Amino acid sequence: MMPAEQTLSGATTAPDTSPVLSVEGLTVSVRTEFGLRPLVEDLSFTLNRGETLAIAGESGSGKSITSLAIMGLLPPPAVRVTAGSIRLGQTNLTTASEAQMRRIRGDRIAMIFQEPMTSLNPVLTIGTQLAEAMRAHEPISRQEARSRALAALTAVRLSQPERRLNQYPHELSGGMRQRVMIAMALALRPEVLIADEPTTALDVTVQREVLDLLRDLQRDLGTAIILITHDMGVVAEMADRVIVMKSGRMVEQAPVTTLFQAPAQPYTRDLLAAVPRMGGRTDTPAAISADAVASLSDVVVRFPIKGGLLGRTTLNVHAVEHVSFDIRRGETFALVGESGCGKSTIAKAMVGLVPHQGQITVGGHVLSPRGLDAPRSLRRRVQMVFQDPMAALDPRMRVGDLIAEPLLIHDIGTAADRRARAADLIRRVGLSPDQIDRYPHEFSGGQRQRICIARALALKPDLIIADESVSALDVSVQARVLALLQELQKEMGVAFLFISHDMAVVDSISDRVGVMYLGQIVEMGTRAQVFGDPRHPYTQRLIEAVPVPDPAHQREKTIRLAGDVPSPVHPVGSGPERLILRDVGGGHLVAM
Amino acid sequence: MVDLAAPASPKPKSTLRRLMERRLALFGFALILLVVGAAVFAPFIAPYAPEEQLFDGLTLEGAPLPPDARFIMGTDLLGRDLFSRMLYGAQTSLIIGVVANGLALLIGTLVGITAGFFRGWVGAALMRFTDLMMAFPALLLAICLAAIFKPSLWIVAMVIALVNWVQTARVIYTETTSLATRDFIAAERTLGAGTGRILFRHILPHLVPTIIVWGTLGISTTVLLEATLSFLGVGVQPPTPSWGNIIFENQTYFQAAPWLVFIPGAAIILLALAFNLVGDALRDVMDPTQRGRD
Repeated sequence: MMPAEQTLSGATTAPDTSPVLSVEGLTVSVRTEFGLRPLVEDLSFTLNRGETLAIAGESGSGKSITSLAIMGLLPPPAVRVTAGSIRLGQTNLTTASEAQMRRIRGDRIAMIFQEPMTSLNPVLTIGTQLAEAMRAHEPISRQEARSRALAALTAVRLSQPERRLNQYPHELSGGMRQRVMIAMALALRPEVLIADEPTTALDVTVQREVLDLLRDLQRDLGTAIILITHDMGVVAEMADRVIVMKSGRMVEQAPVTTLFQAPAQPYTRDLLAAVPRMGGRTDTPAAISADAVASLSDVVVRFPIKGGLLGRTTLNVHAVEHVSFDIRRGETFALVGESGCGKSTIAKAMVGLVPHQGQITVGGHVLSPRGLDAPRSLRRRVQMVFQDPMAALDPRMRVGDLIAEPLLIHDIGTAADRRARAADLIRRVGLSPDQIDRYPHEFSGGQRQRICIARALALKPDLIIADESVSALDVSVQARVLALLQELQKEMGVAFLFISHDMAVVDSISDRVGVMYLGQIVEMGTRAQVFGDPRHPYTQRLIEAVPVPDPAHQREKTIRLAGDVPSPVHPVGSGPERLILRDVGGGHLVAM
Repeated sequence: MVDLAAPASPKPKSTLRRLMERRLALFGFALILLVVGAAVFAPFIAPYAPEEQLFDGLTLEGAPLPPDARFIMGTDLLGRDLFSRMLYGAQTSLIIGVVANGLALLIGTLVGITAGFFRGWVGAALMRFTDLMMAFPALLLAICLAAIFKPSLWIVAMVIALVNWVQTARVIYTETTSLATRDFIAAERTLGAGTGRILFRHILPHLVPTIIVWGTLGISTTVLLEATLSFLGVGVQPPTPSWGNIIFENQTYFQAAPWLVFIPGAAIILLALAFNLVGDALRDVMDPTQRGRD
């Protein structure tokens, strides 16, 4: 492959059987008013040289707390290690002083965080930050640090590494930033690399590249990796051994193939069963009426960027370009694509949050292109469920009031009627009606999303737009919310526009699918057509990139590119080339 | 006391009840009551008339008397009883601190929320006007306004309100702009909620903590601004006492008669502190996300 890779490699790993890191009886507790409450309890494991150990679990399982404990970065003074030991070679990290820990961090143990934007300093160039990290641990000159920084960037296969050194974090894409983080973490050749959800914030195709990169670097450097993730697909592809955690305790520890083929614990079995899989559905699609609830015809959304002395529009962001599709009564239409492809913008245009060109018809009414002026009666027909349920619910209102609010806005029924309806809806989405006077923060993430769904149902809409509605939820919760959505659809005949970046989730819930890239639909058809017989290269790449939760799965070697998605920003008067969709049979539309 | 009949999930206590459980808030509340009581009942409590220059209120050399059994807070430069002046001064200072400050808060909130929510040219015009007011020396403006109108307590209160709203407007503007882009506001819009509903039911409650903090901070500033105006001759006209002008009248004799500055100064600080304590507690108690954590 590329010769650049050699720059960081070369360290021959001598066969050494002693573990790099051993954790014994680790208990981390938080101090509360009612005494110490354990966050992680009695956790023991070892990490061998060159091995990848995955710690998997849902939110609140204590996996991130474990990684912070190893780094000595537990938030003082409330959270601390109350029992057990963490040994890195001969050093006991739980008793090490802060000065000792500072020398170890970065040098012997390095960490990559989930969000690469917030873990890089936005006011320093990439080169400065990389050089700083090195000079903090080794007495080298500025000149040498810089040349080693360049070598590190080359090693993570970043395009144009010389230019990157002088760029600031905001000038790089998410995937490139994560590569920089990896370069920084591996520059000093640590013995242990802790990767805390390293690809969760990235698009699937970028995730693929970052995972490949991590695996290659590990092979060359022999670094031991602790991979913390909730994604069983990533676990299956990366890990040698897996620890499954639940509420601060280890549930199961096994080699990766054993865990996936013969999970010993019921919790592991449930967790694996809840993971959405591509091609896992075999049912035949139900007959759907041809009657369209909503139809988009040649819809265009552009956001002007003003510049120059006179504040004239000089550039346009082409968020949505000539998109047309129908959503039929009672069906689930899914839009998939990576971040920035315009799928959420379509949702916003359909509820009138952004102005559009072209024609959007909902329930026989044409939506005003200016967006916000849509008549109130129209808003009853389309409802929206947002990605983050905590952000979408006013934290200062009681749940009952939140659910009844759409009725109040549209002046339906008396106060008592509305309250009864709210109670009814709460029951319908699987919560207890006596929780009606609680506030949103008293519920878990999945329950909050149920509240959002109940609120969306209050007006009995024809269409519910679910914009990434399950992506923030744990897999087991996600599975239950998806089941609820399908159940409600069967019962009420409501149509869904389901927007997601997660191919496996889309595959498990949708009837028809549209694949978006740079504001345009590149492929559209029934679920079987798009996932069973993807014709457009982008669709194929997307499907290819999805991590498969099966360690036995053999992935074809593909060309690895550090390519970037082209910009959707064009000067006024020009724009992207318009794609023409052609029917390749049975309503399966593919861009030529 | 344990209530055995209590159901499994206890009913949430009322806001007032939870406020009363906080000791510091109670202390603040008691202080405010004390000051209000002093102001209202000043004619009955005060041992002397506030303007009366007592014959024996000065030493033979003409110096003010320190606190003693007869004049419990001493006397001022003109031989007036400081305690009586403090009591009557409480009336003025409360009106300035509560009414003028409240008015400033109201104007600031309205301007900030309107500009922050509507943005566009309305927002730009309002905020540029706010910046203009900020750039203009507040004291100069107050002097101009006070000179145009005939100085009286209410005019002073109005003048103070007109110069003091700008900081509040700025802060509220910033908070509103960030609130307006939050998901739950977008969610309200998709439900069909009108502007009034979004502004007053969903944005305003989130601004309450900020408003309370600025309101309590504003009390000491406004009381002192009134004193400055009085000192410059455009505020409350002598011999009407206010806490602020007692300080200013006597500041030149600070070394010889420290009580004349110390006592009204302490009173202003305590009043501000009292409002601050109550405001803090009110903010916590009104926030549903804090419930069950105290």
